[in-house]
Amino acid sequence: MTAAARRSALPGFIPTLGIALLWLSLIVLLPLATLAVRPWELGIAGVWHSITEPRVLAALRLSFGAAALAAAVNVPIGLLIAWVMVRYRFPGRSLADSLIDMPLALPTAVAGIALTALFAPGGWIGALLAPLGIKVAYTPLGILIALIFVGLPFVVRTLEPVIMDLSTDAEEAAATLGASRAQTLWRVVLPALGPSLLAGFGAALARGVGEYGSVIFIAGNMPMISEIAPLLIVIRLEQFDYAGAAALGLVMLLASFGILLLLNLLQRHIAGRAR
Amino acid sequence: MRITLIAATILLLIVLLLLPLAVVFAEALSHGLGAALATFGDPDAISAIELTLIIAAVNVPLNTLCGLAAAWCIGRFRFRGRSLLITLIELPFSVSPVISGLVWVLLFGANGWFGPILERAGMRIIFAVPGLILATAFVTFPFVARTLIPLMQEQGASEEEAALTLGATGWQTFWRVTLPNIRWGLLYGVLLCNARAMGEFGAVAVVSGHVRGQTMTMPLQVEALFNDYDWVGAFTIAALLSLLALVTLAVKALLEWRIGERGGALL
Repeated sequence: MTAAARRSALPGFIPTLGIALLWLSLIVLLPLATLAVRPWELGIAGVWHSITEPRVLAALRLSFGAAALAAAVNVPIGLLIAWVMVRYRFPGRSLADSLIDMPLALPTAVAGIALTALFAPGGWIGALLAPLGIKVAYTPLGILIALIFVGLPFVVRTLEPVIMDLSTDAEEAAATLGASRAQTLWRVVLPALGPSLLAGFGAALARGVGEYGSVIFIAGNMPMISEIAPLLIVIRLEQFDYAGAAALGLVMLLASFGILLLLNLLQRHIAGRAR
Repeated sequence: MRITLIAATILLLIVLLLLPLAVVFAEALSHGLGAALATFGDPDAISAIELTLIIAAVNVPLNTLCGLAAAWCIGRFRFRGRSLLITLIELPFSVSPVISGLVWVLLFGANGWFGPILERAGMRIIFAVPGLILATAFVTFPFVARTLIPLMQEQGASEEEAALTLGATGWQTFWRVTLPNIRWGLLYGVLLCNARAMGEFGAVAVVSGHVRGQTMTMPLQVEALFNDYDWVGAFTIAALLSLLALVTLAVKALLEWRIGERGGALL
């Protein structure tokens, strides 16, 4: 490898790099390569046709739309929770801190049936919403709830270290100069948090787009209405339409990387302007 | 103001995060403890638990070894392509679980690249246990490496260099210096890897084929029972998985406290 690597006094560079590369190639890169290659068995026109079917477009719109909406809902909720967790000490705080990671630790299938039970018409929350005429389970609203659940820790955990580093000096100075609490929040705190709010939004969005287990139980899975894109991949595989499944998988992967890249650039732009 | 914010936070946490957990146990016990425990009289449930343990038992040690190797070369050396390697290691985190299963079907399924060869050799990967292990390997890939790389970078190589100068061999340095320094971080990565290996749903759902008593892991068994309208059964196995999640969170809190106490990097 490079001169710098060879100059280190420590042994074991070549074997450990070898193991890491071999393992990465076999478990991640080779399988992902199939995703880039197999769709083209259909030909360019065939791929285009396969990803622009009305049912596919509806599923992609739903997956990306619901993930974006859920991430947007999670930004203010996550900001509030992160703010309280960093700035205040209260009884049960460490318990609350562990609870925030619950959606990451709980298997998605468990989250899926739990949310379905909660929001079904006879469930604890569903029964409260039914008299108001609000149906959550087996509708797109249920998908939104599931994605809010799985995305929340990403926003909170992205914001916490940034709020921790935020010095209170600027806030105190603003208050001393006569700013109201709302003005301080709007003019001092939010601009400083801007890039990380965007980063948290992006992380929650990326998770939501591909989410499967927590969604399919509560979604109802009606084609054109509440059928998410990952489910459509599963359906295509069940019909042995491997190339069609791969085409849809490739589109999803490229679209989410594209969105993440865009958010990353936007984040840098905001951070650059703030400085 | 302060009280309002804290109250709002606690209320949000209870409604969004605690209620879904509570409802799992409530539904499991809705017909009494006996009905819940009867779930484990079903041989399919026992086989699902065994399969889940087997998948974790194969994947966790493999992931630990390879994660340690990756962390050693990335955390202790500078070389061209280093940041690209980090990005690629973290790649599986941004791939949908369904796609993580799909890629293995594209490789080894009946219409896959290696499907015909496997069929002639009389081997099965997809709709069989090896496929479940491979799909789980893909989704758990980043855990150990990702936990160790920042930790090892922060600690620096000076202690290891000192050990080598004093005449220790490479292996002695690793066992006596590196491993004790990173042990809590390593355990943290192993813990998260294990939780994901046991709880994964989307990736294994794609490669499983859903053969009851043979290729069903616990999360897949939950789905099957739920679709059979066996709510008590589904929620009982879900409760077992929830207990696993609770233990994971408790140990995680303990480890974060240990890592924080040593002044090392938190995640």
